Amino acid sequence: MAEEAANVIRFLLKKMLKAAVLLAGVSILAFALVSLSPIDPVRANTGTTAYLRMSPEKRAQMDSYWGKELPAAERYLNWAADFVRGDMGMSQKYNRPVAEVISEKAGNSLALMGTAWVCSGILGFILGAVAGCFRDRRPDKVIRGGALLLAATPSFWLALLLIMVFSVWLRWLPFGMNIPIGVSHSEVGIADRIAHLILPALTLSLTKTADITLHTRQKMLDIMESDYVLFARARGERGSRIVRRHALRNILLPAITLQFSSVSRIFGGSVLVEQVFSYPGLGQAAVDAGLGSDVSLLLAITVFSALLVFTGNLIADLLYGIADPQIRRGRSHG
Amino acid sequence: MKEKQKIIEISGLSVTFEQYDPHSPRRVNLPVISDLNVSVHAGEIVAVVGSSGSGKSLLAHAIFDLLPANAKVGGNIYYLGEEMRRERIRELRGREIALIPQGTGALNPLMKTGRQITNGRKDDACVGEMRNLMRQYGLPRNVEKKYPFELSGGMARRVLLLTALMSHPKLIVADEPTPGMEESLAGQVLADFRNYADQGNGVLLITHDLRAALGVADRIAVFYAGTTLEEAAASDFDRENLLRHPYTRALWRAMPEHGFAVVSGSQPYVKDLPEGCPFGPRCPDKSPACAGEIPVRSVRGGRVRCVCPGEEEKRGEPDGM
Ligand SMILES: Nc1ncnc2c1ncn2[C@@H]1O[C@H](COP(=O)(O)OP(=O)(O)OP(=O)(O)O)[C@@H](O)[C@H]1O
Ligand SMILES: [Mg+2]
Repeated sequence: MAEEAANVIRFLLKKMLKAAVLLAGVSILAFALVSLSPIDPVRANTGTTAYLRMSPEKRAQMDSYWGKELPAAERYLNWAADFVRGDMGMSQKYNRPVAEVISEKAGNSLALMGTAWVCSGILGFILGAVAGCFRDRRPDKVIRGGALLLAATPSFWLALLLIMVFSVWLRWLPFGMNIPIGVSHSEVGIADRIAHLILPALTLSLTKTADITLHTRQKMLDIMESDYVLFARARGERGSRIVRRHALRNILLPAITLQFSSVSRIFGGSVLVEQVFSYPGLGQAAVDAGLGSDVSLLLAITVFSALLVFTGNLIADLLYGIADPQIRRGRSHG
Repeated sequence: MKEKQKIIEISGLSVTFEQYDPHSPRRVNLPVISDLNVSVHAGEIVAVVGSSGSGKSLLAHAIFDLLPANAKVGGNIYYLGEEMRRERIRELRGREIALIPQGTGALNPLMKTGRQITNGRKDDACVGEMRNLMRQYGLPRNVEKKYPFELSGGMARRVLLLTALMSHPKLIVADEPTPGMEESLAGQVLADFRNYADQGNGVLLITHDLRAALGVADRIAVFYAGTTLEEAAASDFDRENLLRHPYTRALWRAMPEHGFAVVSGSQPYVKDLPEGCPFGPRCPDKSPACAGEIPVRSVRGGRVRCVCPGEEEKRGEPDGM
């Protein structure tokens, strides 16, 4: 027992060390990319005409506001020292503390990604399992056809299609922004927020669902042809009993693990969807920060998303250890 | 000999796989089993011997209707004299006929052994019977709570054996049940098959090990390249000249006590089977007739597929096969 606890602690320490290295690496990379970027932040954020009309003193003041007078390495180290102490700095672009911007945008993004992640995970699993059970029969043909079509559809195009149908023709749902235009943030009701969430979440879910469906279906097919399902048949087990007793048990574990380790994919997808719907989430903020050379914001977003992805993978690893007897018992056997 | 009830009779079985050939747009047919015969009577152990790839496991899968969708099956299978169709097989399997599969991958990797042996039943009678059998076969009590990956190969095989014994079938088809077991344990398994058959049941014992088979079986069916070359009484293996087919005699001579004489060449793969007798190219008694149609004849109480079966019986009356 004590040995097991020691093992778990060692495992977690190793993971935390990995996380630290990962975060340092990712932030350095992001910082280097922004520093090398040809975009002049002052010009980009004030506009070229305004910049040209600026007095030299004003320009120097702007340069120091955007942090241009220090060498890159020093700027990074300053940022890192502050960040480690919990100070994420100011967003020049939004002229607010980065922590505030992140918490607002991340809330929006997490609502979007979380909804899509849960819906697509559950729906994709069910559809894939059904298709796999009915191999080459009607339900399989319909589900597989739909999934292949969706998987081949670019998500921006799907987004435009959904906007056309639900916002323009049917006028059921708003298109774009997560709150009605001209209304201040605090006045927005939960219903309004949900209405603005539906289309982006749907777009993101549909593409993801297609992937998960196809993947689950293939897994199901493999398992239905496995030696142990064959043997279950030889012992007189049939249809739904085989699916319940043998197949589901064996596809559920890889499906859940895959779901957690695919957090990065859904994050990538959300950047695009947020752009199309001008949904004010992290993805959009990242694009703004990148184009506007808002270093502190960009780095904070980078670190935040790396952490998110890392946590997903960590949970996947942990789940694997809990759910797979081979790992669970293998570990305690030494 | 008193005519015993036939538990199972497989007659003229053929299995053909339809495959897509990567080099041609058409499907190719791979006839892996053709005209295969074997039967098991009540009270009998029939051993199926044959080298790797001769179609032994496919026979077992055909009996249980487990062949994949791209396999076309021909011929007839009779159970207690009644022709078995798909639906009937599905009713029988797990109740009257039980399979002991060749690979231990047949155990569900995520289910504890005990639940697999009892097939999910939890009543005391069933669990009690399982514990009895486990004790009998030297499986420690904690094996119940283990997952298949925690078992040794020999343990996993005993678990597979127990799944079959738990269902009290009329026929057991055992596909290589003993490899990985200690010799004494393997002997016990075979002895138990003997007992089980003596109670009026049948065992189809698939094995590589001709010697072990001879120790326990009543009859031997010799497979080669997807067909039966000979069905002989186990006692026919006492003397070489009681055997009917040159391949069987070659197997006999290859046994350690008969001098380890190995016949040269190897069993042909289905794609390059010769015309006529599949053993033709390796046969010491080859004649031009071997390339033609080879009839199955009854000779001295056994059956053989050969054009010149050693000292053919003139009367050729159908006998207790
Ligand atoms: N699904 C399949 N598709 C094509 N050919 C197959 C398939 N399954 C088996 N075969 C072929 O059928 C032949 C007989 O296979 P089988 O598994 O019955 O051999 P076996 O006698 O049981 O051999 P072993 O002693 O190694 O278990 C082999 O040549 C094999 O390659
Ligand atoms: Mg085999």
